[in-house]
Amino acid sequence: MSAPTTWAQRRRDRIDDTAGRSLTADALRRLRRSPTAIVGAVIIGIFVLVSVFAPLLAPHDPAQAFPQLLDQLRPGSIPGPQPGFPLGSDQNGRDEFSRMILASRQTLLVGVLATVFGLAAGVVVGVLAGAFGGWVDTVLMRVTDVLLSIPSLLLAISVAALAARPSQTTVIIAVALVNVPIFARLLRGSMLAQRESDHVLAATALGVKRRAVVLRHMLPNAIGPVIVQATLTLATAILDAAALSFLGLGDADPARAEWGLMLASAQPYLDVRPGLAVYPAIAIIVVALGFTLLGESLREALDPKGRR
Amino acid sequence: MTPLLSVQDLTVRFVRKGEADIVAVDGVSFDVGPGEIVGLVGESGCGKSVTSLAIMGLLPGRTPRVGGSVLFDDGAAAPTDLLTLSDAALRERRGRDIGMVFQDPLSSLNPVVPVGVQITEALTRHRGMGKDEARTEAVTLLERVGIPDPARRVTAYPHQMSGGMRQRALIAIALACRPRLLIADEPTTALDVTIQAQILELLRELVAETGTALIMITHDLGVVAGLCDRVNVLYGGRVVERADRHALFASPRHPYTSGLIGSIPRLDSDPADELPAITGSVSDNLPWDHACAFAPRCPRAIETCTTTTPVAESGADRLLRCHNPVGAAR
Repeated sequence: MSAPTTWAQRRRDRIDDTAGRSLTADALRRLRRSPTAIVGAVIIGIFVLVSVFAPLLAPHDPAQAFPQLLDQLRPGSIPGPQPGFPLGSDQNGRDEFSRMILASRQTLLVGVLATVFGLAAGVVVGVLAGAFGGWVDTVLMRVTDVLLSIPSLLLAISVAALAARPSQTTVIIAVALVNVPIFARLLRGSMLAQRESDHVLAATALGVKRRAVVLRHMLPNAIGPVIVQATLTLATAILDAAALSFLGLGDADPARAEWGLMLASAQPYLDVRPGLAVYPAIAIIVVALGFTLLGESLREALDPKGRR
Repeated sequence: MTPLLSVQDLTVRFVRKGEADIVAVDGVSFDVGPGEIVGLVGESGCGKSVTSLAIMGLLPGRTPRVGGSVLFDDGAAAPTDLLTLSDAALRERRGRDIGMVFQDPLSSLNPVVPVGVQITEALTRHRGMGKDEARTEAVTLLERVGIPDPARRVTAYPHQMSGGMRQRALIAIALACRPRLLIADEPTTALDVTIQAQILELLRELVAETGTALIMITHDLGVVAGLCDRVNVLYGGRVVERADRHALFASPRHPYTSGLIGSIPRLDSDPADELPAITGSVSDNLPWDHACAFAPRCPRAIETCTTTTPVAESGADRLLRCHNPVGAAR
């Protein structure tokens, strides 16, 4: 007779199974099992691929006006899809399809950079406030309160409008700045919770240096919600950047394709060719949705309550 | 013999705005000799944990006012008063001279760092080891505290271990730098009974082996009975009775000690008998400055107890703070 497998043995095997597996791997494994995450990841994957290979994918130069399209362009009529131009022409006789593809680069660039800068600054502020407390905390959080009290789009508009000449850089700075207080407040809160935790006390009791306590024991445990927020911020950053462009505070270069700007300039032609507004609008929505889906599943995957 | 640690008249006062201060520890004095196991016993709120945190300089925030002295013999000509040390100097000693084991092993381990790394952290910090050397030492330590398959467990995260294993890991961390004093704050409270016995046995072995002195903080007299050389019974932030383990259990003199011992269920007692209990709760305490704090709950309270502070008297085999101790004529 074979040796019976006891419950204890099986449990031991199961523990051994996960022993040594990193928390990141654990979270990734849970992400792979979530359909929401997969949909989000596929959308973002396509979006990233398209923007990386945009010059290869676009059939035409997005800045070039084509005579055969210009010929068909007259008041009250903008040429629609035709051979060689799958989405037709824009209001200036340029290839709408190529412009859509090239615009994804701008969107990705602005979204990612604005999020990264906002995240970096927010983490610095949050760590300082959460780790030191006292007057440092008070000063930083009052400033944060002020920034948070201004509606984010209004704040972004004000910052972008302050710039002498609107450009891509000002859009990135404006959107990043809007997100700094959000990241800072979030991180500060979880840093405070960590500061009171037993394992931080235990590390202190072990004589671990203060900087190491903050950076190795508090920050990694506090950063989870911030990472999730960053994923969601990618979506809102893209929307905010589009909104700024739409309002004429974006990149002033008319040759450069950008979804928000395309949406804005399509406005007068809504009754003539609604497609010109619909394509960039759908693109913005789908990409924002992709980041949101991934962000939400990431939050679930990182949630310690979901952990066995 | 000079004591390794001498706590003298330690007071911890939590200052509150617009309210009376809370005196958590009210003039506690005790000594710990090298290699000795000393118990601090009392119920919740008697000041045991605050005492240990004050020794380590780990009391939170700026509000607590700490008085008295905590003299630690570190081999220098005169012992160092830990309470007067700067933050940086204290940090040098924490972990190296004094280790600490906490109550809840899960929450006391960093959940995102493998246990091995948490051990090597102490080794590289205080013993100046390189990475590889520290890792080897971590495996040895885990093996020493009885964790099976230590070479693999070194990379395990706390949530991948059982409660007993976590507490063993925590002990390994505390002992990593071979401190001369270990403070264990209710190290077995969060564990089930069989694991409790194993952990206590492990602690006993380790201190005997390394010559580390141990302060055992507990509310469980069973733990004290099996482990401690000497026992300090705390009530309301003061030591009310101190004696050797045998003397204390054989003939408790303070009514509180006697009540604690009396309320331990015995195997040979009649199941029909009601288990004796100490009436009331800590919230009934009188202030020490003109009474005995325990008087309202004391079965042997006499009039003096509510009017005069009992003085700590050192007898032949014990220290006692009581007007009408057990065994005295009424």
